[in-house]
Amino acid sequence: MFDETMMQTVLLTLRLAGATTVLLLLIGTPLAWWLSQGGGILRDVAATLVSLPIVLPPTVLGFYLLIAMGPHSPLTALLGRSLAFSFEGLLLGSVIYSLPFVVNPIRNAFQAMGPRPMEVAATLRAHPLDAFATVALPLASPGILTGAILGFAHTVGEFGVVLMIGGAIPGQTKVISITIFDYVETLDWARAHLLAGGMLAFSFLVILAMTLIERRLAGGRP
Amino acid sequence: MIEARFSGRLGRFALDAGFRAPGQGVTALFGPSGCGKTTMLRCIAGLMRLQGGELRVNGELWQSGRRFRPVHRRPLAYVFQEASLFPHLSVAGNLGYGRRRSRARGPAIAFDEVVELLGIAPLFDRPVPQLSGGERQRVAIGRALLSQPELLLMDEPLSALDRISKDEILPYLERLHAGLSIPVLYVSHDMAEVERLADTLVLMEAGRVRAAGPLAGMLADPALPLLHRPEPGAVLDGRIRCYGPHYGLSEVDVPGGRMLVPGALGEAGGRCRLRIAARDVSLGRLPPDDTSILNALPARILGGEPAGDNQMTVRLALGAAGEGAVILSRISRLSWDRLQLTPGETIITRIKAVALVDPLTLPR
Repeated sequence: MFDETMMQTVLLTLRLAGATTVLLLLIGTPLAWWLSQGGGILRDVAATLVSLPIVLPPTVLGFYLLIAMGPHSPLTALLGRSLAFSFEGLLLGSVIYSLPFVVNPIRNAFQAMGPRPMEVAATLRAHPLDAFATVALPLASPGILTGAILGFAHTVGEFGVVLMIGGAIPGQTKVISITIFDYVETLDWARAHLLAGGMLAFSFLVILAMTLIERRLAGGRP
Repeated sequence: MIEARFSGRLGRFALDAGFRAPGQGVTALFGPSGCGKTTMLRCIAGLMRLQGGELRVNGELWQSGRRFRPVHRRPLAYVFQEASLFPHLSVAGNLGYGRRRSRARGPAIAFDEVVELLGIAPLFDRPVPQLSGGERQRVAIGRALLSQPELLLMDEPLSALDRISKDEILPYLERLHAGLSIPVLYVSHDMAEVERLADTLVLMEAGRVRAAGPLAGMLADPALPLLHRPEPGAVLDGRIRCYGPHYGLSEVDVPGGRMLVPGALGEAGGRCRLRIAARDVSLGRLPPDDTSILNALPARILGGEPAGDNQMTVRLALGAAGEGAVILSRISRLSWDRLQLTPGETIITRIKAVALVDPLTLPR
């Protein structure tokens, strides 16, 4: 029953979630650091923008992304082609959609650390970048791990944004959640059960793993 | 030589303070909570930048006007109030953090010496979260020293510790004081710590420096509040002459006299610091032939200040000509009038042997 189409779907979903997570860690960690350093209206506005996808209906986000990827948009002009209904477009959408789930835990971890460790590092002659790599990142590692897992899991489970900007092109944009929807629509209950059950087990394991990792990391700290 | 002047506002608090401290020994920044001591120290470290700042350390300009050398390029070390070890590193990792990044040519402060001085060798394999407060602070001090600083800043390093940990760590600080050739700025609001450790005192009040100078002189200055404390005292730096094991007494030379102090204080020729509480010094005109008091030294009266309703704090300079160290005596106002004590007069001070408290021995 687990056929090639399903395999392709699962692999595509994992590829999308993996790439999204890597990109989010690269973008989200410096962004989270900046957001954690003090206040100011600029930071408040940026933090609000980052958090918007949490409350926004995915269809709204997807709608605006679709417009941004439209034939006459500046983005399309810049890239020379439209990102709509492509893997890259989906990647862009996923990064924006999952941004708060990665940035917020990392930001909280940086904030919980307080300014003292970085001050200590500076008085021990560590250049700010050196201190960031050798003190801030290791101390925030539980938050970074949480962010990575949440970002990955959230991308695996997204539906609305994909529906709006990705459609259902096999191997390109047809991810698990869309496939389940397809199976249900065509009354293929058995296959829908298989994928849905798989997602259920996956989600359960993700949250369990996160709880265990966090407890383990917290156990080693004062 | 450290020359510092900082001014600026932090919310409702205004700082406008400057001082000069010698290029060696311990200089205490002392004052009540909220007087700006820690702010001053953070400005010197470069952790904080106020609107106005001038800082010169050992002839090098660290800050002036728009010039500001960032923290990590200042050859200093900072011991924070609370244990600030990196929890993700081992004890050895913490000790090595600053050591690896030091730009000093050839370590002047050797690893083995620091480990020995602070007694931290047994802690190497212990995870940081399992160390006690006192142990953590000792490792933090070691980490600071191993970064080869030219200036050591300490922000109330004992205040977060309980009594037992304090007593455990003070002897290490005293050894440090004796063995270290770099200047130390030590923030404290505890006079007992200052009396044990400091050579120079910077007295702060409400964001300003009230007075600064050698500790002994500041303690006996009638214009300063230190003399008017409930339990004033004097500190004297002495040199050990010899130890008589039969009676268990050491002979110590202090400026203007010689004293007998209980206990083996150390090798002959070594330095030691003695504290003499004012209430343990009584005054008289007759030579004390028939008394159990061991230390009776001539001294010249410098002056007397009323203390409360019925007492006087008398300032005296040891030695028949008043050439020695200044000590204090707390007597009743009645005695002051009855004896008709007057400044300039030479008198006999009787110092109870038990009054020589907190002897601390310094090598060299």
